[in-house]
Amino acid sequence: MSDVTETKLPGVGVRHDFTTHHGDRIGMIAHRAGHRDLLLYDRDDPDSCGQVVRLEEDDVRTLADLLGAGHVTERLTELQSVPGLSIDWVPVDGGSACSGRRIGEIGLREDLGASIVALVRDGETIPSPPPDLTLRQGDTAVAVGTPEGIRAMHALLQGD
Amino acid sequence: MDAAASDVAAVLTQLGAVAVGLAVLARLGHRTGVSPIPLYLLAGVALSAGGPIDLSPGLVEIGGQIGIVLLLVLLGLEYTGEELSTSLRAGFPAGIVDLVLNLTPGLVLGLLLGWDPVAALLLGGVTWVSSSGVVAKLLQDLDRVGNRETPAILSILVMEDMAMAVYLPAVAALLVGGGVAAAVGSLAVAVGAAGVALVVALRFGPLISRVIFHRSDEVLLLSTFGLLLLVAGLAERLQVSAAVGAFLVGITLSGQVAERARGLFGPLRDLFAAAFFLFFALSIDAGEIPGDLPLACGLAVVTMATKIATGWWAARRAGVGPRGRVRAGTALVARGEFSIVIAGLGVTAGVQPELGPLAAAYVLVTALVGPLLARGSDALLALIRALRGVFTPRPAREGAETS
Repeated sequence: MSDVTETKLPGVGVRHDFTTHHGDRIGMIAHRAGHRDLLLYDRDDPDSCGQVVRLEEDDVRTLADLLGAGHVTERLTELQSVPGLSIDWVPVDGGSACSGRRIGEIGLREDLGASIVALVRDGETIPSPPPDLTLRQGDTAVAVGTPEGIRAMHALLQGD
Repeated sequence: MDAAASDVAAVLTQLGAVAVGLAVLARLGHRTGVSPIPLYLLAGVALSAGGPIDLSPGLVEIGGQIGIVLLLVLLGLEYTGEELSTSLRAGFPAGIVDLVLNLTPGLVLGLLLGWDPVAALLLGGVTWVSSSGVVAKLLQDLDRVGNRETPAILSILVMEDMAMAVYLPAVAALLVGGGVAAAVGSLAVAVGAAGVALVVALRFGPLISRVIFHRSDEVLLLSTFGLLLLVAGLAERLQVSAAVGAFLVGITLSGQVAERARGLFGPLRDLFAAAFFLFFALSIDAGEIPGDLPLACGLAVVTMATKIATGWWAARRAGVGPRGRVRAGTALVARGEFSIVIAGLGVTAGVQPELGPLAAAYVLVTALVGPLLARGSDALLALIRALRGVFTPRPAREGAETS
């Protein structure tokens, strides 16, 4: 996953941004009021935004869906029949080095060949958890990946 | 019709007419992108110069006082205790540069005019503080909230906010007089109160907020508004000024209560803040404003330059390029509500009659010119570069930094 920078904007909310593989910078402001701004930074003046797109909550869901996150959760069952891909429920153990760290920090996808597509916490499901969500003891991660990847995920989240 | 009924009728029609007048101005401001603050001030000046409506002063004064309290509680609510304490650590150098560059011109001018030192210090405060209302709206309107210079701008606003918690009670203490010892004592109380409020906000904010919290808007509005006026009144009695008390209440409320209170107080603030700006314009000698305009323009030119320098410096520290630095500087140029609150303290205390009209003229100029400068920041950068080219023999080095 790309390196995501977090910046707090006092009185406004939080901004996350990252550079794409082709060198464009994309950001997202989560306003305290609830809506979001999608930011496309200017190529000539990388300090400023060439485009700002205001997204209300259901726009955010639609966009996330188009980008694929929603589909992944919906099609979990389908995935299981795809050859070479596995899905498993992996509990997060308190003794694991990952407990207390953010999902984005673990670097699962590149290193392991598996990713967390949903998180079950306190009986509630968080579909497509954001990379800045912190893993806690008692969470259960829904992981999708190669069978080896899933085994590595077990080792990582259960701390052995 | 008996006398009482005709009084009520008179008050209601007066207030209605004024509110409709302000609504027209606010509409105009929205259409043209001009901040309503200078427009309200102009309306107040027009009224005091013998406009068609003869407002009963008592009513406007109480409205104005509630306006100050609401303006400041919302400024306090704007930032959570956590945001304040992290900004205090990260933004301290920029806050000091801002203070030195922008308080000095007003202070020096006041002293040159032969004013009382306290009045000069108030004028320094007027030139120091940017209008967080105008700046926030500008960033929003110009789609600059996501820009890389924006955290530097916001951190200066937060620092000014925090500094007000010390500055306002300090000048309030100096205005009361009673010698250095009394002023130092009062200052100690104020700094102590600000510190306690910050600690309380961080430690017990969630607890206090849980106690106050209620899912009904009605209950929540009455409890927070009541608490607000009680603390403001208590602060005024302790001679720390109601404005400061309100500000501290704003900082202390946190979490869901703060969020809901922002929504509930917002419309009230818009209503009563308009009354405050009117009240201020009515309480100064408006006839003086045209005569003070040249002086105000001179002061505005100097302090717009120092504000741009402040923003430039802060943005450069954040690793932002020249275009963003000028954007940061110009965004901060507008002065507004805080400057009027500060001048209002002096007007109420009766120091230096010229302070009120000069501050009004100054805020008019900066609040009108500031947004224009922010829109034309790229042109301004070209101008700065051209000037540098004239004054430096070698090609300007800033250009090389851009790439």
